[in-house]
Formats: sequence, C-alpha cells, structure tokens
Amino acid sequence: MTYAIQAEGLVKRFGETVALDGVSLTARAGTVLGVLGPNGAGKTTAVRILATLLRPDEGRATVDGHDVVREAHQVRQLIGLTGQYASVDEMLTGTENLVMIGRLLGLSRPEAKARAAELLERFELWDARDRPAKTYSGGMRRRLDLAASLVGRPSVLFLDEPTTGLDPHARGGLWDTVRGLVDDGVTVLLTTQYLEEADQLADEIAVIDSGQVIAHGTPDELKTQVGGQVLQVRPVDDRDRETVAGLVSVVVGDGMQVEGDLVTAPVTDPAVLPTIVRRLDDAGVLVAELSLRKSTLDEVFLALTGHRAEPTDTLPELVAEGSRA
Amino acid sequence: MTASTVTAPRTLSRRVSPVATLRHTATLAWRSLVQIKHNPMELIDLSIQPIMFVLLFTYVFGGQMAGGHPVQYLQFALPGIIAQNAMFATMNTGFLLNTDLTKGVFDRLRSLPIGRMSPLAGRIVADTVKQAWSMAILLAVGMIIGFRVKTDVVHLVLAFLLLLVFALAFSWIAVLIGVLVSEPDKVMIFGFTTVFPLSFTSSAFARVDTMPGWLQAWVKINPVTHLADATRGLINGGAIASPVLKSLLWAAAIAVVFAPLAVRALRRRV
Repeated sequence: MTYAIQAEGLVKRFGETVALDGVSLTARAGTVLGVLGPNGAGKTTAVRILATLLRPDEGRATVDGHDVVREAHQVRQLIGLTGQYASVDEMLTGTENLVMIGRLLGLSRPEAKARAAELLERFELWDARDRPAKTYSGGMRRRLDLAASLVGRPSVLFLDEPTTGLDPHARGGLWDTVRGLVDDGVTVLLTTQYLEEADQLADEIAVIDSGQVIAHGTPDELKTQVGGQVLQVRPVDDRDRETVAGLVSVVVGDGMQVEGDLVTAPVTDPAVLPTIVRRLDDAGVLVAELSLRKSTLDEVFLALTGHRAEPTDTLPELVAEGSRA
Repeated sequence: MTASTVTAPRTLSRRVSPVATLRHTATLAWRSLVQIKHNPMELIDLSIQPIMFVLLFTYVFGGQMAGGHPVQYLQFALPGIIAQNAMFATMNTGFLLNTDLTKGVFDRLRSLPIGRMSPLAGRIVADTVKQAWSMAILLAVGMIIGFRVKTDVVHLVLAFLLLLVFALAFSWIAVLIGVLVSEPDKVMIFGFTTVFPLSFTSSAFARVDTMPGWLQAWVKINPVTHLADATRGLINGGAIASPVLKSLLWAAAIAVVFAPLAVRALRRRV
C-alpha cells in the first residue's frame, strides 16, 4: 500500500509547551485524512511540519516518499497549502495573486495568466478577478486561497481548518470542491474542529488531543470503537418515561440519560436489545421508538477526551497557535 | 481512477538554481511594487512626510538658521533631510515584512519550491526602488524652491548610490525589528523612537561646532553625521573621501552585526 503522507513519532516543543507528543499519521494516496481535534490540540503544528514550514524536534515524515526535512524542496513541489494562516496577499487582485504564484512555480507569463483565469472561473471569482483581495468576502477569500494552493497542481493538499468561520452554504461549496479534487486523485489532509466535516469528507480520521493521536480509523470504526452503540427508547405515553428510564438503567448500568421524552444509553453488548424488549413487554409499556444506533462522532470525542469537540469560539485558536508559530 | 493517472509521475528538481532564485526575487519584488497600483496612497505616504520636512525646515527654521535666507539653509539641510528620510524609509521594510508574517503570506511563500531567501530579498529590492523614488522626490521639491546641485550629475548619482547602500545596510535593523515585534505598527513606533533622535543628534540639520561639547562627542561618531557630511560633500561640494569612507564602514558594520541577527530571528520565527 502506498502512503502519500506518512508521519512517525513527530515531536515538537515550543519552549515549555509540548505541541506534538509523538504523532504518527498515514494517508493513502487519493484519500482524505481528517485530523480532528479541539483548539490547541496540535493540528496546525502537525500540518506545518508536513508542509515543510517547521522542523520536528523528533520523528520523521514523508510526502510521496520524500522526507519533509531532508528533501523539503521536492516536497514543496508536490504540495498545496491552504489554511487559516497561509494566506493570499490582500493588496493584490485575485488575478495578480494567482499569476504571482504561477510565476514563482516557473510558469511563463502567458501560462501563469491562463492558469489563473482557469482557476478564477472554476472558483467563481471571475467577476472579482480585478479587485484587490481585501475587498473579498470571507468565502471568496477562502476560495482564492484554495485556488492559490492549486496553481501548481499539487498531488497532496493540506487544508488547515478550511471552513472555520464560513457560513453553511460556503462550507458546503468547499466540501464539493474537496470531493472533486479527491476524484481527480489528489490526497487531502484536512484538519477540522467540526465532527460533521470529518464525517462528510474523510476516509480516515485521526483524533488528536494534547499533541497525541488518541484514536484512528474510518468514521464508522471510530463510532463503533468507543462506547459502541447507543440505545434509544421513546415511550408512546410520556408518563411511562420514569418506568423506561429505571428499566434501562437496570439493564445497561451507567450512562443512562433522559433528553425530553427520549431515553438513551451507551451499549457495548448488542444482546441488551432483546432483554429490553422483554422487560418493556413485562411492564406493559408501549414504545414509539426503540433503536440501536452508532454513536455520533461528538459522542466518540466526548468518550475519548472527556470533553466535547465542538468549538465554543474560533478566535482562541488563531491567537494561541499564531503566537506559538 | 487512481492517483497515479493524474498527479504522477513528475520530475522533481533537487534544488533551486541561482538563476531561479533571482527570478523568484524579481517576481516577489514585482508583487510589492504592483500593490502601489491599487493603493496609490502609498506613493503619497512615501512622499508627503519628506516634502513636509523640506518645506518646514526651509521656511520655518531656515530664515533664522541662515540669517533671513531660507534657501541658503535649504542648500545646507536638504542632503541631511534626504539622509534622514532614507533611514525612516527603511522602517517600511520592517513594517511590510511584519505584515506578511502576521497575515500568513510569508508561510504561503515558504511552502512553495522557491529560493529560501527570495521572499526577503524581493521585499528589500522593492523597498530600494521606493527609496530611490522618495530621494528623487525630495531632490525635485528642493530644486523647485531653490536648491541647486553644486557639483555634477556623476557626484549626484554617487550620493544617491551611497544613500541606497547605507539604507540597505540599515534596513537589516528594520528587518530584525519586523521579525521580533508582534504587529506592524510597533515597527513604526520603534522607527520613530530610534531614527528620530539618531538623525537629529547629527550634522544633518545644524553645524556641529554650534553644539555643546558633550553632544559634539556623540555627534562626531554618529553614523548619520558621516552620511549627511558625505551626501553634502557629493552634492554641495567639499570634503568627500573621509565621510564617504566612514559612512561605508558604518554601513558594513551595521550589516555585519544585524544581517545575521535578522536572518536568525526570521528562521526562528517561521
């Protein structure tokens, strides 16, 4: 199996802070690896190392077989980088930004202009092509940023929180673009704080917390790995809720929760379902819903880290990781 | 469809050739200069402060300084004003470098397969062009209100070259500050608190023999004194060899100390 991205035991310290504490990651060629974690987990540091912007203190990493430290120049010819920090020049127009990058990548002036025009069309920025990027909306800026990282037709693309701060419409558009790139054979490493985003796009997910990979696998594997499944029971008659709750907690043990008229509980043994059915029947309770579903990634994250993954505010990460960089 | 059909194979170069590094530097210098097209105010920013200085020094102080003959003072002070302005203008390099660092433009550039020093070199080349522009503006405004080049075009060009060389060396201090501070405006604060006293405690605006002894002791070793004297000598006539040599030695000393510090700080920051 060929890995487009392979990292082993990456360690990075900033003074007293250990940003990465032995991170290993792999992404198969032509797939999306989602790196999921809360603010300050080390996602950005990992991407910066893989994108040759930062040297690891320990460990090694390769992109398409090239070492990111010893063969950094080769790696730079293969990658594209888009993120909260790798930005476009606000003072230049959309066209000028893309032409500049084309020229830096060795395209002739006409070639660079043609490539810029092609990307501006594709990312629906054609009408804004002659305006300075500082006049662009947040969504337009992200699209220009992504276009800039694609000028060199990278085979490996790093997207560091590409949709943080975007509205749902712009987010959906960006997801479609990522899927299109993967169809073209590009390998994508995507960091995100949004579980839904990882679930939607990633073939495999690595969950990072405090500089360590705490779980790794496909979205389905992760959902089954931790806490297994979730039992949901909704009685027809709201007055039976107490009975149902009592009965479920006797069968399942810890973790029973009541949300409105829905009783839920994490389940590791699938055999509890027939038991519950019998007990409900004995008690004469009619249920509107009785199901066993896989945990959501949010529940997985909660189980793995002891805290929820969804950000309360996106600003602290910019400040925290920016100052460390 | 597999990855190999679209993205591989490709031939990768092993290193950036010197010619390519020069081309990257030129592209990045173009990038800084083309910004002026969208923000013409920047040109005015570059020019308005020096023009104001020329007019203020000539018409407010000039009469008293030269016994009722402002233009006579202008003839003395303009080389000094040009030298002072060249030093202020270097802070621009630090300001714009810090903007690139904080906005993330620098990271994008560093993730590209280009010469490692091209982003910084491109910045400096573009700022040298801006330096030449503001020197020319100062000279033009001076000449409109009565300043005259007393030597010849060759000496004038040599004066500008000397100023550019000194500014280039001095801009390493600006680069160092630009790398160390957390936001662009702090570069400007630093610029005013150092360049201002440095350039005024020199021979740029007043004759040294009119100053108290303790001040003279400092003024005589201040690099701005040598730079102002050299510029004055080259444009107005007078001693050239000694002040030019001292200016160049100072420029070399500043570059030798601050260039490695700035490059090291940049490597650490990014």
